[in-house]
Amino acid sequence: MSEPNTQMKSTGELLTVPAVPPRVAGNTLLENTLPIIVALAIAAVVGDLLILTFGESPATVYRLLVEGTWGNAYGIGQVLYKATTLTFTGLAFALAGRAGLFNVGAESQLAMGGFVAGVVGMLLPAGTPGALGLLLCLVAAAAGGATVAAVPGALRARFGASEVIVTIMLNFVVLALLNWLVSAKIHVPETLHTPPINSGGVPRLSDLFAAFHGSAANWTIIIAITAALVSWWYLFRTRGGYELRAVGLQPDAAEYGGISVPRVIWVSMCMSGALAGLGGLNFVLGYKGYYEEGFAGGAGFLGIAVALVGRNHPFGILFAALLFATLSQGGLAVNALVPKQLTDILTAVVILAVATAVPEVQRQLRAAAANALAAFTRASAQRLATQRPSTKDDA
Amino acid sequence: MSTPISQANGSMPASSAVRLQGVAKGFGSVLANRDASLEVATGEIHALVGENGAGKSTLMRVLAGMYAPDGGRVQVNGRDVTGWSTQDAIAAGVGMVHQHFMLVPTLTVAENLVLGMEPTQGLRIDLAKAATDVKALSAKTGLQVDPSALVADLSVGEAQRVEILKALYRGARILILDEPTAVLSPPEVRDLWNVLRRLKADGGTIILITHKLDEVIAISDTITVMRAGMTVSRFATAGTTPRDIARAMVGRDVRLTGESEETTATVVVGDGAGAERGALRVAGISVKSDRGLSAVNNLSFEIAPGEILGIAGVEGNGQTELLEVIAGLRAPVSGSILMGARDITTLSVRERADAGLSHIPEDRHRRGLILEYSIADNLILGRQHHFATRAGLETARIAAHATQQIQAFDIRPPIATLPARALSGGNQQKIVIAREMGRPFSVLLAAQPTRGVDVGAIEFIHAQLRQARNAGKAVLLVSADLPEVIGLSDRVAVMYGGRFVTVLPAAQATAEKLGPFMTGAAS
Repeated sequence: MSEPNTQMKSTGELLTVPAVPPRVAGNTLLENTLPIIVALAIAAVVGDLLILTFGESPATVYRLLVEGTWGNAYGIGQVLYKATTLTFTGLAFALAGRAGLFNVGAESQLAMGGFVAGVVGMLLPAGTPGALGLLLCLVAAAAGGATVAAVPGALRARFGASEVIVTIMLNFVVLALLNWLVSAKIHVPETLHTPPINSGGVPRLSDLFAAFHGSAANWTIIIAITAALVSWWYLFRTRGGYELRAVGLQPDAAEYGGISVPRVIWVSMCMSGALAGLGGLNFVLGYKGYYEEGFAGGAGFLGIAVALVGRNHPFGILFAALLFATLSQGGLAVNALVPKQLTDILTAVVILAVATAVPEVQRQLRAAAANALAAFTRASAQRLATQRPSTKDDA
Repeated sequence: MSTPISQANGSMPASSAVRLQGVAKGFGSVLANRDASLEVATGEIHALVGENGAGKSTLMRVLAGMYAPDGGRVQVNGRDVTGWSTQDAIAAGVGMVHQHFMLVPTLTVAENLVLGMEPTQGLRIDLAKAATDVKALSAKTGLQVDPSALVADLSVGEAQRVEILKALYRGARILILDEPTAVLSPPEVRDLWNVLRRLKADGGTIILITHKLDEVIAISDTITVMRAGMTVSRFATAGTTPRDIARAMVGRDVRLTGESEETTATVVVGDGAGAERGALRVAGISVKSDRGLSAVNNLSFEIAPGEILGIAGVEGNGQTELLEVIAGLRAPVSGSILMGARDITTLSVRERADAGLSHIPEDRHRRGLILEYSIADNLILGRQHHFATRAGLETARIAAHATQQIQAFDIRPPIATLPARALSGGNQQKIVIAREMGRPFSVLLAAQPTRGVDVGAIEFIHAQLRQARNAGKAVLLVSADLPEVIGLSDRVAVMYGGRFVTVLPAAQATAEKLGPFMTGAAS
């Protein structure tokens, strides 16, 4: 940073000072984390006020929150379990986000991934080796999520349809479809879940560390951490990632650089969906051993917040997933004193504060809005053009 | 020579429209301005010149209220306005036209012009009135644009006109133009001069930021030269030569366009093989523009190895579409493109690059660079597949490649990890040049290679182009700068309405001869 400055000192020489100051968002760790710290501080203050309105002491409630999450092995296990799913959905949103896409469909991609994994595990013969069963379920979950995301990806790549709108609408379609499949075709009577899997189950952490007993935490967390590492490697250390980020930053320059923009859009949507789909393993293979209606429970949407706070960086997402998992689990811990919705509000405050403070989040939100607006403008311009007699072509 | 000017203290007439004294402005550790002083009299055209990164734009942004200075004073019409806001500046009649357009691409010209001060009818925006206002202003100033066109569909030159109209629409009496002619053709420049003279006659004050020294001489009354963030000299235009100004800007003698030692058209052609076949042959190419209109019309030409074919012409006559078709960014309606004996018409951008096609795009901010990417990463754009294995990107090779290219093409500051956004325009362009010319190629498409680039870098880029020609490469040069086209090319073609209306050997090409063809007056 000091280098351009020293060159300034020789006034008589050809100048070497950049015209635009080298100020780039996210240059230092501090610049990256400061908005998050501020967001948490704001959330804490808002939390104080809310707790006071319930006539409770903020100190007591916060202590309870910490004790109920990080204060004992069960609490930690629950946080890790929730963070596992959130890591997958956060990575899903971030990968699409790096390509300039706004994947709001992680909820249904997650559900589809869990469903397909559950069905494959159910159909496997009982004697299937665990590792093979797990591998098959893993591939199935990724493929399930990718298939759901491929639709908006293809529509965006081929026709420029806004992936925001298509993914939102597809959530309803896919969740309703799964609902029908389970309730009408393959549920265990009197329940809303499928028969248990025969193979591919992932052991609980409590099998190895007895202290976690009772918590849902399982070894899917290793798959989640691996997914974060692979995502980082892909984004920043491979040609595919170079091209994906180029498309997200400047599609025209990417095209000039010989990159097929539609192809990158389609591929990154599929990869995003696959990551979300893998999140289904946590519940289906690691916790219950079957697919159950509504297991996603908003983890797909919360993944957006995880990615925003994690600044679309795989390592940031690991931490953000822990943060939101803590808030979620903490809500249960403080429920005796204040409504558990308190932590939902805190989550919302964190998201709002981060969305306001982080430049690239603003840019991303703006880009998504501009994308939708441009489609709308194009449509109305075309409508106008067809309404009045065309004069331009004579020119 | 390089002593900061001590303004003739207090002796300036009270009628100065703008007076900046000792302005300092830093960004982080970089000082963009320090002790910059400027005095502009009411009703004059004042040229502010200096190399890229000399701090001209920053100084003008301080004047226009976009930046608050760290030190110094800003006076407008005798009033101290140091640290004012853009709103204050607009209200006081100070308007700035930026080098990089600040228009909303999805809105029409009229909508852009009235943005922020829309004529309303109840709650509705009166777009009919906006269009009428715009037409009236167009007629008054001579800046012609179609008010109902979408800004996204405009050529760069047209967008520039909209920017100027926008400032005038807001009632600017002190108009700051940041490199307005960088994107204009000679006839458009003449039109602009007429507009500026009309504004001046009307009592308006104009500050013109430019690199082009002949323009400075042609239009300005007074010249202030900046270097390394400071104002270093001030001249009355009358009696000043371009050489004086260039020396003040750079601090040494430079070679100016048109003074090149060898522009011989008869360069020995390649080395035998494929010489009689053009290195680039375009046959019967027709192309449509984004709006679906015919942009290039059944065009055929060829360029020999070791030849520069220059295309002159007013922007928007199919040059952009022609280059995009050759580069593979746009599909032709009909016709074929050959490199040597190889038909590349249906090849992808990447395949063409691998076949030896290099391309300096006309808009480095939109196409040529990924501004957030580091210099090193930008230097491999389009060739990323050569810098990756199954195991991922070869980061060590990319870094070594960057170090070598930064040195060979003198990119400053020489820090490979710096994002391209942090560099000055000239150095950004050097990244593009280094990438496209620092690798094996046989055909080079060079669109506006020196647009918005300072004299020192222009000299360098011109030398690179000549060197490529002398090394037997075929170069297709498109530039809005007529002296550049004539000075560099072996043959000059004038493009009008999607065709070549004339092709002349450079020795016979003069601005006077080409002008009528460029405006369509001759064909």
